[in-house]
Amino acid sequence: MNLAAGPPFTVPDINELFSYRSLVHPFKIGPVTFHITYLTIVMFVLSFLLCALFIAAFRRPAVVPGKLQNLMEAAIDAVRENIVLQTIGPDGDRFMPYLTAVFFFVFAMNFMEIVPGVQVPLTSFMAVPALFSLMAYLIFNYLGIRKQGAYHYVKDTMFPPGVPKPLYVILTPIELVSKFIFRPITLAVRLFANMMAGHVMLTIFFLASTYFLFKAHSLFLIAISPAPILLSIILTGFELFIALIQAFIITILTAVYIDESLHPAH
Amino acid sequence: MHMLLAQAAGTTISVAAIGKGLVYGLAAIGPGIGIGLVFGNAIQAIARQPEAAGLVRPIMFIGFALAEALALLGFVLFFLIH
Repeated sequence: MNLAAGPPFTVPDINELFSYRSLVHPFKIGPVTFHITYLTIVMFVLSFLLCALFIAAFRRPAVVPGKLQNLMEAAIDAVRENIVLQTIGPDGDRFMPYLTAVFFFVFAMNFMEIVPGVQVPLTSFMAVPALFSLMAYLIFNYLGIRKQGAYHYVKDTMFPPGVPKPLYVILTPIELVSKFIFRPITLAVRLFANMMAGHVMLTIFFLASTYFLFKAHSLFLIAISPAPILLSIILTGFELFIALIQAFIITILTAVYIDESLHPAH
Repeated sequence: MHMLLAQAAGTTISVAAIGKGLVYGLAAIGPGIGIGLVFGNAIQAIARQPEAAGLVRPIMFIGFALAEALALLGFVLFFLIH
C-alpha cells in the first residue's frame, strides 16, 4: 500500500549533510589545504565568545561575587568537583585550566547542534575531536614519561604488576595496542560518532516531519504528523543531554588518562 | 568469495547493503550488554548506598563511554563500507 501520493521520502546523502562550501579560495600552507567555511567562522566566534565570557566573569573577581561571576564559579566548581578531584585528586588542580577549557569548548561546539542558524555540531567533523584526542595523547604520554621515565612507563604498560606471569602472553599485546593505538582513536571516534549520529538522526526526523506535513499529500500522514513533530522536539532535548554527556565524558577520560600517568598502579 | 556472494545475491550492491546492515547490528550487541551491566550495577550500587552516588556516577560514565566506543566503531564502519 502506498500511503503517499507525493514523491517518496528520500534521505539526503551523508556526504551532503557534512560538506560546506569554502567561503574564500582554498589556500595551502605546507602540504595542508585550508578551507574557510561557515563553520570555521562559527568556531572562531565561539572561542572568542567563551574567552569573553570567562574574562568578563573573572576580570575583577569580587569577594561577594556578582551574578555572572557566581554562575561561572558554579560551572567551574562543577568541573572541579565532578571531574578533577574525583579522578586525579588534589594535585589535579594544575590541569584545571586545560580540562575546563576542553569541557566548555566541546560543550559549546556540541551545543551548536540545536542552535538555529548553525544546527550542526562542530564536533561531528573528525578534525575537531581528533585534535582534542591528539592533545590528550601528547599530554598523558609526556606526563607518564616525565614522571616514571620512558623505560618504566612503557614497561609498566606492557607488564602491569600483580598479574600471573603466563598471562603476559595475552596481556602485553592487548595493553600495548589498547593504550597507544586504540586509546586516542576511540577518544576521538566516540565524540565524533556520537555527534554525527545525533545530527543524522535529528535531520531525518525533521525531514520526515516536513515530509509528512507538506510533501506527502496524504490525509493520513498529515493526521499522524504530530507524532514525528513531537518526537523531533523530544529528540532535540535528548541531543542537548547527549551534548552535555559527551563533553563530560571526553573531559573525564582525559583526566583519567592523566591520572594513570601521574599515579601508576603499584 | 566476494564474487560468489555477489553472483548469488544478484548484484554487488545488495551484498554491501547486507554488510552495512549487519555491521552495526552486530557491533551493537556486545556494547548493549556491556552498557546494560554498567548502568544496572551502578543503579544497584547507588540504591544500596545512596551516599556513594557521587563516587559511583563518574565511574559509571567512564564504563559507559568505554563500552559504547565499540558500538560507535561499528557505526563508523557502516559509513566506510561501500
